Amino acid sequence: MCGIVGLFLKTERFQSRLGELTASMLHEMRDRGPDSAGFAVYDQGRAETTRITVLAEGQRPDWSRTGADLEDVLEAEVSVRPIRDHAVLETAGDGSRARQWLIDNSPELDVLSYGSQIEIYKAVGDPDLVAINYDLRSRSGTHALAHTRMATESAVTTNGSHPFATGADTCLVHNGSLSNYNWLRTRLERQGEIFQTENDSEVAAGYLAWRLREGDSLKQALELALVALDGFFTFAIGIEDGFAILRDPIACKPAIVAETDDWVAMSSEYRAITHLPDSGHATVWEPAPGVIYTWTRAA
Amino acid sequence: MSAPHPVTTVDLAETPLRDLNRTLHQARQGSFRVLNPRGAHAVACGIDADIAVEVHGSVGYYCAGMHQKGSVYVDGNASTGLAENIMSGTVRITGSATMSAGATGHGGLVVIEGNAGARCGISLKGADIVVGGNVGHMSAFMAQAGNLVVLGDAGADLGDSVYEANMYVRGEVESLGADAIAKDLRPEHARTLAGLLAAAGMEADPWDFKRYGSARSLYNFHIDDIDAELARRAG
Repeated sequence: MCGIVGLFLKTERFQSRLGELTASMLHEMRDRGPDSAGFAVYDQGRAETTRITVLAEGQRPDWSRTGADLEDVLEAEVSVRPIRDHAVLETAGDGSRARQWLIDNSPELDVLSYGSQIEIYKAVGDPDLVAINYDLRSRSGTHALAHTRMATESAVTTNGSHPFATGADTCLVHNGSLSNYNWLRTRLERQGEIFQTENDSEVAAGYLAWRLREGDSLKQALELALVALDGFFTFAIGIEDGFAILRDPIACKPAIVAETDDWVAMSSEYRAITHLPDSGHATVWEPAPGVIYTWTRAA
Repeated sequence: MSAPHPVTTVDLAETPLRDLNRTLHQARQGSFRVLNPRGAHAVACGIDADIAVEVHGSVGYYCAGMHQKGSVYVDGNASTGLAENIMSGTVRITGSATMSAGATGHGGLVVIEGNAGARCGISLKGADIVVGGNVGHMSAFMAQAGNLVVLGDAGADLGDSVYEANMYVRGEVESLGADAIAKDLRPEHARTLAGLLAAAGMEADPWDFKRYGSARSLYNFHIDDIDAELARRAG
């Protein structure tokens, strides 16, 4: 099954409540995915620095050592902010280089995200506890995605949890399963994408990251994804300044969208939307199969 | 809607959903008003008595599922599986329904004043569905009996593998599914359609609709050499 939610704030009005609103949506999707959960928050960080969210599941890593090693590699200062088994590394150095170095040299770590805006947290267990443990409610920002997982294509592990991100500030949450992901992963690895799991959804994230890196707009990347990805899916996608929804042409997996002047929200089920401010006056619709919906923050 | 008995109000912000459904299952008569459904699943599911239920707000999956005899009116939208497996009675919503509305319905009437999503009336077995707006792709897929009436447009693959259900569409049909064809709208069909539109409270001229149904080439065997087969049977 799996439950997905996405919330994109079009105005500043509710930015201080982004985390609280996302947590209330996530809570409603617990029934759809009690195995594990995760969320991504985009919070208007400084464009000149990169944050790398790293997971050290079941370990007590020496974060200061990780930070110091990374400083040597990047030749730039790295600050470390640990949160339980996660840490956010912040640097003015090259984020893509940092991701690759950590994956190559710290096999005990998973790099969950990097970018100037995004942080990703994920864990096995009750989605509400995941929100509490990583302090989702207190977060402010511009948009967020979250996921509750009922595992199908790979094991119940933290690194099999969503959201998935392989490129800068680009992530997705997925309800469904892909069938051609092994073949596609091999193809993307030849293009330089680096994957850390056996998960099908990570391949979809990698596909979008590759297309965006090649210069496609989000809409162009999703048009190609409709052709390249074989399987069934409802995706919610976040980029630095944008948000998108895409369902496969058969559209077995549910999705509902609601929009007001202040926000756009999508979810697997309508009940996740009912807690949002002014939801009673929102325009509500079911996204059509195979149709790309995108929203971008006005510059 | 007339209310011969006092209206019982159930507020789902205060009352658990199971209590509501238990109350509705035990009732033999009366009218009920349901407040604050907030997208809850299985609201007013399994009614089997001549009761009237009005739901104020949007509902989740399988609202009025397995419905018999009474009426359910939803002032709002409905998610997947509205009135799934309806046997008799009526279910009406003022808004739109997402996927698989009226799926496998055996009897009764489902009225959707807005649009219906994909697979509306999938495997329909005798119920009537009237949609004021559009229906999504693969509606009436494998429908066996009953009527699907669409005042707006129908999405791709309408009536794929349909048996003996009728589909009446006033607007455009994006495409017909396998073995679905346009058919003549004869006076008896116009009469049926007029009756359905009247029952649904929708104003439309039956002669503005096109009728679609089965070409009957998928579910009948085609015997390649009929003369040989007849000779064999004659022994």
